[in-house]
Amino acid sequence: MLTTQDVLKVAELGRLKLDDEEVAKFAGQLGGILDYVAVLDEVDVSNVAPMAHVADVANVFREDVVVASLPRAASLSNAPKTDGKFFLVPQILEHA
Amino acid sequence: MSLVTSTTSELLGQLASRSVSAVEVTQSYLDAIQRRDGQVGALLSVTADSALAQAAEVDRRRAAGEAVGALAGLPIVLKDNICTQGIKTTCASKMLKDFVPPYDAHVATRLKQADAILLGKANLDEFAMGSSSENSALGKTVNPWSFEHAAGGSSGGSAAAVSAGFAPLALGSDTGGSIRQPASFCGVVGLKPTYGRVSRFGLVAYASSLDQIGPFARDVSGAALLLDAISGHDRRDSTSVDAPPTLTAATVEQPLSGLRVGIAREHFVAGLDPEVEAAVRRAVEVYKSLGATIVDISLPHSKYAIAVYYLIACSEASSNLARYDGVHYGHRATEFSNLVEMYKASRSEGFGDEVKRRIMLGAYALSAGYYDAYYLKALKVRRLIRQDFDAAFQNVDVIASPVNPTPAFKLGEMTADPLKMYLADIYTISANLAGLPGISIPAGMSASGLPIGLQLLAAPFEEEKLLRAARMFEREHGPAPMSWKSGV
Repeated sequence: MLTTQDVLKVAELGRLKLDDEEVAKFAGQLGGILDYVAVLDEVDVSNVAPMAHVADVANVFREDVVVASLPRAASLSNAPKTDGKFFLVPQILEHA
Repeated sequence: MSLVTSTTSELLGQLASRSVSAVEVTQSYLDAIQRRDGQVGALLSVTADSALAQAAEVDRRRAAGEAVGALAGLPIVLKDNICTQGIKTTCASKMLKDFVPPYDAHVATRLKQADAILLGKANLDEFAMGSSSENSALGKTVNPWSFEHAAGGSSGGSAAAVSAGFAPLALGSDTGGSIRQPASFCGVVGLKPTYGRVSRFGLVAYASSLDQIGPFARDVSGAALLLDAISGHDRRDSTSVDAPPTLTAATVEQPLSGLRVGIAREHFVAGLDPEVEAAVRRAVEVYKSLGATIVDISLPHSKYAIAVYYLIACSEASSNLARYDGVHYGHRATEFSNLVEMYKASRSEGFGDEVKRRIMLGAYALSAGYYDAYYLKALKVRRLIRQDFDAAFQNVDVIASPVNPTPAFKLGEMTADPLKMYLADIYTISANLAGLPGISIPAGMSASGLPIGLQLLAAPFEEEKLLRAARMFEREHGPAPMSWKSGV
């Protein structure tokens, strides 16, 4: 079981807004999943390197040359709010 | 035999000999969709006009003696998390319900080059998170064999579409079993390629170290043909392996001599439905009768796979889904007091519960104080799981197992308890953690009339062997039956 504080903290990290009912529901569900994953405690991993990826690929580089990219209109075509040149967001700085 | 019950190779033969036109084939499948998809709910969008135009162009080129692609005139549907330029790609989420990609996924480009006919986009669990296709914000898919049962997930729409005769081919994506499990529930063939075999460019990311696009078909050779059409290196996905496209269709009919089939003792334990176990054991007998050697193996860390998977997948998801901010694309809330509140309101309105759960679980596993205990620990156990397979594949060519512990469950049966749904992924998840290719092929029916699948796994990049082994069984067992006969 996660505490209300725990749930509110991860909701904040995930930029999610939850009402009281959701907090209670997710506390139980996430707590149940975390109780289950504690099964990993019984595995000895003291000499095991983490495996972030199955493919043994190193960094992949490309030539530093300019290539065509999405035109501006296409890039903006799904924007919830745009002036045709930029993505528009609410004001983030107050006037002095 | 009508067009919508034909296999891929039968259709290709008829198209090549011009005994049937691509327009006729396309129209037959569109008619089937029109008649039946109101009940099944496999598709979120149908692109009838562009499909018929594309088919007419294929017919024109064939008549003029021009070259056509390897899938010329074959209809296909794509899971709706695969970007299609100018065609909505929703991920079955309110967040992306109006999203129209400005570019094609690599696989969509390859299918156009192969002259496949795009019929529409298939339903899924939101952002491919789920095992039943019930977590879709935009539609409800049922199992074509029984409308009270789940089609499986997350690629449930793709599997149901092939099963119901809405398309001979489909693409899905598989992060923890999301191709193989719905294939088994719906009684079709579903293949998850080796990680890196198929470019993920244009696949909406869920868990990037696990996601892989793969084919659905009515038979093994159809899956082989589609894999050949979509595999191969793409520089836009830096995890795509620098290897040429596969050529599995050329050899799929050739049986393997000296085949060694591994059976893992950890796969036959409590919780496995007796009918599923019996079907898998019968399949093993079929291999034995074909001269294969059956080898007992052990995968000692497989019992940790679900815990490892949900920690890694959710951690990656919490990072990948940070991009949905209501700024560049996707849903933006209308009521908020500042920028951060806009993010929060947009995400809370746009995402369903399962997506929120996974974002929060991932954020927890990655957060200060818990990272070592959860995420890093999971990465270490992931290596042990991979090492189990490396050791097993020293002695066997393929591993045979169930796909899911049970046939399709009833709609609503699992939704109240997310953990219960997660636990059913036990047989499929390890292949994603280890990066292996895996296939689900029809292996029987339950007494209640639901399909049962057989899973075969192979070592990385052994798709050719995997498909040939699958075909050996299919040849004895018979092709996938249709969930209903055409003409109805």
